[in-house]
Amino acid sequence: MAPPALLAKRRRAALRTAAFLSPWLIGSAVFFAYPLLSTAYFSFTRYDGFRPPAFNGTANWSYVFTDYPLFWPALRNTLWLVVVMVSCRVVFGLGAGLLVTKVKTGAGIFRTLFYLPYLAPPVAATLAFVFLLNPGTGPVNTLLDGVGLPAPGWFTDPGWSKPALTALAVWGVGDLMVIFMAALLDVPKEQYEAAELDGAGAWARFRHITLPNISPIILFAVVTGVIQAMQYYTQPLVAGKTAAGVIGGSGQQFEPGYPDKSTLTLPQLVYNLGFQRFDYGAACVLALVLFALSMAFTALLMRRRGGLTGADA
Amino acid sequence: MTMSTARGARRAVLHWIGVHALAVAAALFFVLPFVFLLLTSLMGDQQALTRDLWPRTWEWGNYATVWHTPGFLTWWRNTLLYAGLGTLLTVVSSVPVAYALAKVRFRGRRLVLLLVIAVMTLPPQVVVIPMYLFWAKQLDLSGTLWPLIVPMAFGDAFSVFLLRQFLLTIPDEYLDAARVDGCGELRTPLRVVLPMAKPGIASIALFQFFAAWNDYFGPQVYASDNPAAWTLSYGLESFKGAHHTDWNLTMAATVLVMAPVILLFFFAQKAFVEGVTLTGVKG
Repeated sequence: MAPPALLAKRRRAALRTAAFLSPWLIGSAVFFAYPLLSTAYFSFTRYDGFRPPAFNGTANWSYVFTDYPLFWPALRNTLWLVVVMVSCRVVFGLGAGLLVTKVKTGAGIFRTLFYLPYLAPPVAATLAFVFLLNPGTGPVNTLLDGVGLPAPGWFTDPGWSKPALTALAVWGVGDLMVIFMAALLDVPKEQYEAAELDGAGAWARFRHITLPNISPIILFAVVTGVIQAMQYYTQPLVAGKTAAGVIGGSGQQFEPGYPDKSTLTLPQLVYNLGFQRFDYGAACVLALVLFALSMAFTALLMRRRGGLTGADA
Repeated sequence: MTMSTARGARRAVLHWIGVHALAVAAALFFVLPFVFLLLTSLMGDQQALTRDLWPRTWEWGNYATVWHTPGFLTWWRNTLLYAGLGTLLTVVSSVPVAYALAKVRFRGRRLVLLLVIAVMTLPPQVVVIPMYLFWAKQLDLSGTLWPLIVPMAFGDAFSVFLLRQFLLTIPDEYLDAARVDGCGELRTPLRVVLPMAKPGIASIALFQFFAAWNDYFGPQVYASDNPAAWTLSYGLESFKGAHHTDWNLTMAATVLVMAPVILLFFFAQKAFVEGVTLTGVKG
């Protein structure tokens, strides 16, 4: 039995901790738990936002999976982006990180230049890329023509629109470059020196020392990249709308995914179903699909050795 | 011996040339889009529709035209309100949560941390429908930026996580020393930890500022019906719609939306790079 003074002290400490946490605890109840439960509830109702929600069983679920023509193309696009865009970003991010650790002259300048595109606001960067990759008069195709290479239709060709989005994502790889750079500088120098004495070449050193040392960071980059790909919204939407010549703004209806559904992603469907077609029930089904997928990848992220939470947590 | 050192020196020179050639090629990939953007923003209306890469006449007036486009200044004001007020609220509400998660031992700490990470990785679309209905139907606040700003007074998951990672790097010995010196459980975080956490706080403030600056989905959901509440990121896209063929003006507007972010980066480079590193490395 602890003395009363100690009990009072403990109670004060608990209250203090609760006070520190209260903004977040209240916030996550109001802006996370409550709306998540509502989303789950609405997904089993017919709901247009005006008449009260009416229970309709699994009708929204079967509609989304079997009759909604945009669901499967959006899921396929997301998988494509997860595989190609994420691996390109990891490879180029690691390449850029390696390069800036090797550069002797002007390292600071190169680092800054590689990093700057990451800062470009997504809408601005996307508009710029739609212009740069404009098939008729864009500078990129002008340059490709100039050196005699074939000039693709980029954002206007369903076969090239996702590679164009990938180019945009690789352009903004500065965040990964910085993370890889920090990890590369942490690899113990002695390991390289020992390997060099043993006569290991550059590739062998990369393969047997660099890669194992930075593998947790590679995994981190892959998993966070997958989570970002699940959320990919602004760039494909703006690219599709701009390339299609849709005039943005006030409640404008548009068929997303130009050209030919190739830039559709799952988050766009939530907006399309909910805020353009006022089918909140079906939109909530998609929101839950998105929730399930991103939680699955988050679980993967947290299972990594030591985890995102650190060993002590 | 001299032979091999000469060969070694030559190899070092070749290596230097190879690495730097590659770096210059990469730099071109990262920088040329900005260069074409700037050049096009300074072309005349007609030339911007051609394949020319270099402006025939330098139309600096394009920037004035964009600046005086109706609505552009309103978008600036709204963006500064959203980003400025949102950042302030985020910092004030996230710092105590991050401190508790990094430096206070309590039951359920791991659970709260898992919740923070789960919310951090959650796409905003997952909860947007009930949230929209709540703000629009119950509080009648659609067409304003308040549904985006108010939640920031309740801690932001990414900021909490990032700042916690930073606070973990401050050794507990400083806190113990402060307690031995008679600092209470409130004075220790305020007088000892807070000053040491300044770089971390600067990082979360910058990230939050840019997240609001770049946000497209939020303004689209809550403000798309009311152009007076649009922000730069949302307005920029409709600017392209209104000036359908005017690539020169669109690119000038794009430059004007990018410029503050890049300028701010040059003033706060360290905080920025530190924040990016913390998300990935110091797990």
